[in-house]
Amino acid sequence: MRASDLLRFSTGALRGHRLRTVLSLFGVAVGVASVITLTSLGEGARLYITGEFASLGSNLLIIVPGKTETVGHAPLVSTAPHDLTLADAQALARRVPAIRRVAPVVLGTAAASVAERSREVTVIGTTRDMLAIRHLSVRIGRFLPEEVYDAPLCVIGPKVQTELFGNRSPLGQILRVGEMRLRVIGILAPRGTSIGMNVDEVVEIPVETALRMFDRSSLFRVLAEVHGHRDMAEAKRAVLALLRERHDGEEDVTVLTQDSVLSTFTQILNALTAALAGIAAISLTVAGIGIMNVMLVSVSERTREIGLLKALGVTRPQVVSVFLIEASIISTAGGLLGLLAGFGAARLIQGIYPDFPVQPPFWAVGAALLLSITVGIAFGSLPARRAARLDPVEALMRRRA
Amino acid sequence: MIELTGVTRTFAVGEQPVHALRDIDLAIDRGEYTAIMGPSGSGKSTLLNILGCLDRPTSGSYRLDGEETRGLSEARLSRIRRHKIGFVFQFFHLVPRLTAAENVELPMAFAGIAPDERRRRIGKALAAVGLTARARHRPDQLSGGERQRVAIARAVVMEPAILLADEPTGNLDSTSGGEIVALIEAMNRQGLTVLVVTHDPQIGGRARRRIRLADGAIVADEQVPQAGGL
Repeated sequence: MRASDLLRFSTGALRGHRLRTVLSLFGVAVGVASVITLTSLGEGARLYITGEFASLGSNLLIIVPGKTETVGHAPLVSTAPHDLTLADAQALARRVPAIRRVAPVVLGTAAASVAERSREVTVIGTTRDMLAIRHLSVRIGRFLPEEVYDAPLCVIGPKVQTELFGNRSPLGQILRVGEMRLRVIGILAPRGTSIGMNVDEVVEIPVETALRMFDRSSLFRVLAEVHGHRDMAEAKRAVLALLRERHDGEEDVTVLTQDSVLSTFTQILNALTAALAGIAAISLTVAGIGIMNVMLVSVSERTREIGLLKALGVTRPQVVSVFLIEASIISTAGGLLGLLAGFGAARLIQGIYPDFPVQPPFWAVGAALLLSITVGIAFGSLPARRAARLDPVEALMRRRA
Repeated sequence: MIELTGVTRTFAVGEQPVHALRDIDLAIDRGEYTAIMGPSGSGKSTLLNILGCLDRPTSGSYRLDGEETRGLSEARLSRIRRHKIGFVFQFFHLVPRLTAAENVELPMAFAGIAPDERRRRIGKALAAVGLTARARHRPDQLSGGERQRVAIARAVVMEPAILLADEPTGNLDSTSGGEIVALIEAMNRQGLTVLVVTHDPQIGGRARRRIRLADGAIVADEQVPQAGGL
């Protein structure tokens, strides 16, 4: 028998039972669509987190005062760590060749007010290089000037601007932060939340001004951007060595890289994606059982037809292929339909949450299609074999349904 | 061409074995026109199914064209049904979603006959049963007599040697029943070996040879040499 004839016969049979065909098609489509959508969400979460880290600056060393690393035993002599100072930060920029630029960070919260309007803001004391390291951009005005460490100036986030200044231009205006009066010289471009901090709600001021404002002697941390990713280990060693030298031979800082944090996140997110894919696979299996049910019903409804085919000299393998092809058509068409629906759903979610990258991963597309076809064949083979084994005499004896 | 020797067929119905056929000896030559008659439950259909290789004897020998069918594989029996035997049923057994022409095409499609050859044979077979104009109609658009004629066209389209008809007029009024019998007899005159199972003595009476079954055994086997149509 020609493949085209077999296909024609099977599609004819499917068209003859439209409702049944559509329902089982729908079952497979839902299964495949959920594989696509759920894995898209998992993959999206991963991309989102990775993107967030990239926006922090990709080749970043974070230097924190104090030895926070836990080593086997508690130190015998506990000494207060040396302050991490602006001079330390400047020395890093000057003397470690692998480091491109450095930004000191002083962090605190204070009340900011203009006339009678006031709100709590996050104050970041830093230098010009913060702009490049955190990939910030200035919408109006300018950022903190080069080599200015103590001056009554500030750059404000867009939310601070709208809430405290309303529609008036804040440039050149005085903003009261804590006990200090600062002149606004720039407004940051909106950015939204970026790991732990809403950039829209900050006030950035010169580093020494911030130390005075919060009455501190030590920086909160130092961000150091390394030239290339390959230089990270070398830079980390050099930073530790230099700071030990500057801090009287004591290693009293901790250097963090993003890789360690990121890889933990990635592991968690991969597990999440796998779990979502597992849930989706279960729904595909349910769809497969649906196919099996539909095919079993089809076999029992078409008992007389099968009996007739046998009387006409149709062989057992041919009967098997008729029913297997019907199951495969349902699962393949359902798979393609589900793929479309899944992509549609992903696009819809993307439309609702534009910041969240919803992207069906390639492996999921392939796996979902392959799985749906496999499910069709696997769950179609039992009914097909049952059809082929029907006793033609009994099958023909059935009266009209 | 058909040779049954000591054929029995026993079904197990619960604990009780039912002897549908007991020790049947029967020989039928090429071109014969035979009616198998008897009350219901006498084993006529079982006999027909065994002759059509749809069922196997419990014991005994069935030789078709000199070939012993006992122990043949399922695949080989399918081939025999495909090429040597045409079936006509009381309930027509047309595939409802297919047109008359497609129903006739069915055995040829599964036999892998080329499309051109199929079209030629469909035309010929439908013309032979007088349904050329109805080729594109589906079974639900045809009368009972027309459906049975489509079924006959389908039964002979593979050019079998034997036509087995199981109560072919059982579901038809007497007019169309008569037309169907006439059609089958016309095919017999062209050399087709015909076996008709019926409980209707009028239909059976037209055959040249009449075999009577009762309780699974042949109780009469009469030859009427001169008889043809009435």
